[in-house]
Amino acid sequence: MATVKEMRTRISAVKSTQKITKAMQMVAAAKLRRAQNAAQNSRPYAERMAAVIANLASGVSGDGAPKLLVGTGSAQRHLVVIATSDRGLAGGFNSSIVRAARLRIDALLAEGKDVKVITVGRKARDQLRRLHAQRLIETFEVGGSPSLAVAEEVSTRIQAMFEAGETDVVTLFFSKFQSVVTQTPTGKQLIPAEVVAGAKPIDLKGASYEYEPDEETILAELLPRNITTQIFSAMLENQAGFFAAQMTAMDNATRNAGDMIASLTLQMNRARQAQITKELIEIISGAEAI
Amino acid sequence: MAEKLHFSLVSPERELFSGSVDQVDAEGTEGGFGVLAGHAPFMTALKEGSVRVHNDGNVKVYEVRGGFADVTPDGLTILAEHAVEAA
Repeated sequence: MATVKEMRTRISAVKSTQKITKAMQMVAAAKLRRAQNAAQNSRPYAERMAAVIANLASGVSGDGAPKLLVGTGSAQRHLVVIATSDRGLAGGFNSSIVRAARLRIDALLAEGKDVKVITVGRKARDQLRRLHAQRLIETFEVGGSPSLAVAEEVSTRIQAMFEAGETDVVTLFFSKFQSVVTQTPTGKQLIPAEVVAGAKPIDLKGASYEYEPDEETILAELLPRNITTQIFSAMLENQAGFFAAQMTAMDNATRNAGDMIASLTLQMNRARQAQITKELIEIISGAEAI
Repeated sequence: MAEKLHFSLVSPERELFSGSVDQVDAEGTEGGFGVLAGHAPFMTALKEGSVRVHNDGNVKVYEVRGGFADVTPDGLTILAEHAVEAA
């Protein structure tokens, strides 16, 4: 059995770990609130954008329709964009996104498609480096908090690839923030654009829209912007989900540390009492011998 | 008093303005335009420039880049990639 001194050292080690996890939990909780607000503030823009595009998309059809909306007509080359966080210590948050993406990649490969991967966030890259190193073409870092600039960089890169004919279908993987306890890994198709079926058409009260210059030009300008918006809101959802997951993970860690301290303390007391008993026996038997 | 126009200015980060105003002037790609209450449905991309919001004799100016205006019977919405209130 370990000596009392060794036990004391272990208990104090666990105690300082607990202090760290406790602090991380509180920091995550504070940051979660800000991230949640940011995600909420971005929703009106994304919703309006989706409504406008759904409205426009129903009007254009045939040859004039932009490729970003209707696709290239082929579905051979896939690009998978995986958005995670840069940091870890958030339970299964990043792995569950990567797992969802990997299932998709494997399914596509099994169908004989070409797959390329772009990651946003260091964790996705770290986890995919072993299995899909040759498919990984670029990694973007999220940085401190999601910024539109990063989303634009990613979006520009994707569109350049699409225009150069290097890819036909682009899918984005991220974690949807549903509540503090649930974040769902989600796959969303960016190109060809998914028109939201649920978006209700704007009631014009009998009048009809006037477009300047015309529907197709506006749509061609809006679609690239919509890609940026979707990447940006995915990053915001991720950020909120990440802090929620980190908060839960650190809360569990703090509780586990508490349990460990309790059981170690019990063991230490037992060891100490055993030692005292032993010393007493030695004294008593020594006294009897005289 | 004339009827008021519902106007909102949204950027990806947040909603900068939402409320009733008298008139909004903006620069479209095909030329400048002003929107009053009851304007016909209309949609246009915006040039980089300023959006002037008139309300009760006060004028608020926003600098907008990558903007897009959407006029519906419910009012005017400007979606802008970058928008800041000009001092």
